[in-house]
Amino acid sequence: MKDLLREATVRLIEAAATSLPKDVEDALLRAYEVEEAPAAKSFLKAMIDNVRIARQKRLPICQDTGAVLFYVKVGDRFPHIWALSQALKEATVEATRRVPLRPNTIDVFTGKNPGDNTGRNMPWIEWEIEEGDDAEVSVMLKGGGSEIVGRAKTLLPAEGIKGIMKYVIEAVYEAGPQPCPPVIVGVGIGPTVSVAMKLASKSLLRPVGQRHEEPEVARLEQALLEAINEMGYGAHGMGGKVTAFDVHVEHAARHPASLSVAVVLSCWATRRATMRVRANGEVQYLSHPELNGG
Amino acid sequence: MEYRLKTPLGEEVRELNAGDIVYLTGTVVTMRDAGHRRAAELFARGEGLPVDLRGLALYHAGPVVRKTAEGWEVVVIGPTTSTRMEIYEAEVIERTGLRMIIGKGGMGARTAEACKRHGAVYAVYPGGAAALQAEQIVRVHGVHWLDLGVPDAMWVLEVKELGPLTVVIDSKGRNLYEEMYREARRRIEEIIYPKLGIK
Repeated sequence: MKDLLREATVRLIEAAATSLPKDVEDALLRAYEVEEAPAAKSFLKAMIDNVRIARQKRLPICQDTGAVLFYVKVGDRFPHIWALSQALKEATVEATRRVPLRPNTIDVFTGKNPGDNTGRNMPWIEWEIEEGDDAEVSVMLKGGGSEIVGRAKTLLPAEGIKGIMKYVIEAVYEAGPQPCPPVIVGVGIGPTVSVAMKLASKSLLRPVGQRHEEPEVARLEQALLEAINEMGYGAHGMGGKVTAFDVHVEHAARHPASLSVAVVLSCWATRRATMRVRANGEVQYLSHPELNGG
Repeated sequence: MEYRLKTPLGEEVRELNAGDIVYLTGTVVTMRDAGHRRAAELFARGEGLPVDLRGLALYHAGPVVRKTAEGWEVVVIGPTTSTRMEIYEAEVIERTGLRMIIGKGGMGARTAEACKRHGAVYAVYPGGAAALQAEQIVRVHGVHWLDLGVPDAMWVLEVKELGPLTVVIDSKGRNLYEEMYREARRRIEEIIYPKLGIK
């Protein structure tokens, strides 16, 4: 079972690295349509051409193939949890060799790069338990350039939602062209910075264009998106109307004394892929259906 | 304006204006975080770099490579965020006589000042467009400092029509991104915050 899961995961990582998910590619094509500034348009054209070449030649979309992050929703009756956890690690090593991925893990203290994208606590795996027989595995290859501008802070409750909006807008302002805009902006709000940051990171898994199910949160997402696009950075700071593809807000109930907020940005080349694994080992690729039945 | 330039670059670089598009043919040398740190250590000891950068372009990049029978092949390559190299770059420009820095995300005042003094420019390539750019790499001439790991090693690359590169910092004192930040600040204060009722 472990070997089967490892092979399925290598394909999942390869899909994420070489084939932009449809929602992100659609957003990129829409940006090219609405943009008028010639510099931004020529950069967007290069990005669109790049996505097509990468998919056709099975090459990584970006040379920074990121930090390998897994998000697993595992059913309480899924029988292969241990095998899956080992398969995810082995698949990371194997995908580094086969895709290939750039070896991106560096030991914090020794500065050594083992060359296979593993290391202490890496690949990063977050487990979530749900009722059911299956496991749903998502991989995100999180680029470094968009990570260096992420931030979190605990605001005073009195600063309220307007304080949150200001914090998000200032974060995107200061990030400027560094995170490779158009970006997806992930915002987490909650009782502690760690909870807020987890929610912000995970919100990047939500497809571009999908609004939060609570109308008030959806309105906040829309207002932030419009505000950010009013800044005028455009693709890679070339100037233009599309600085962000979308804003996703997730929240957890806060503590009476705290209002923590986190902002995580994802570059235009947001690379993620999801598969569903059944108890019998059958795999279905949800984000890249072209891999099914092949 | 659009230019097609070849290394070694010289005084013609001073003619470039912020906003110009450049396609570069010749030799580029990569150096990023750890490479810059090592360069600073070498300079401090009075030593030079393993490659003479005079007239060449320095590229903030860490490629994905594959080992072949003849040497190395670049699978994909693209720029990394340049702001991290700001603390080192003025000295690198001054010590080496390089004429162009290629990266993404912008650089600061000290680099801009060194560009002005030594007739160099900072240009950006669209980050993330790595498969497209791999087609512009002709061959790998060599590699130094592999002990730093593949991304941080110094790769010496022969390129053909590398671009589109947009000049962001020219040697006349203009910095496109600084202008972009100023305009965004104005919009935030005059349009965005009033509309949202934020003080």
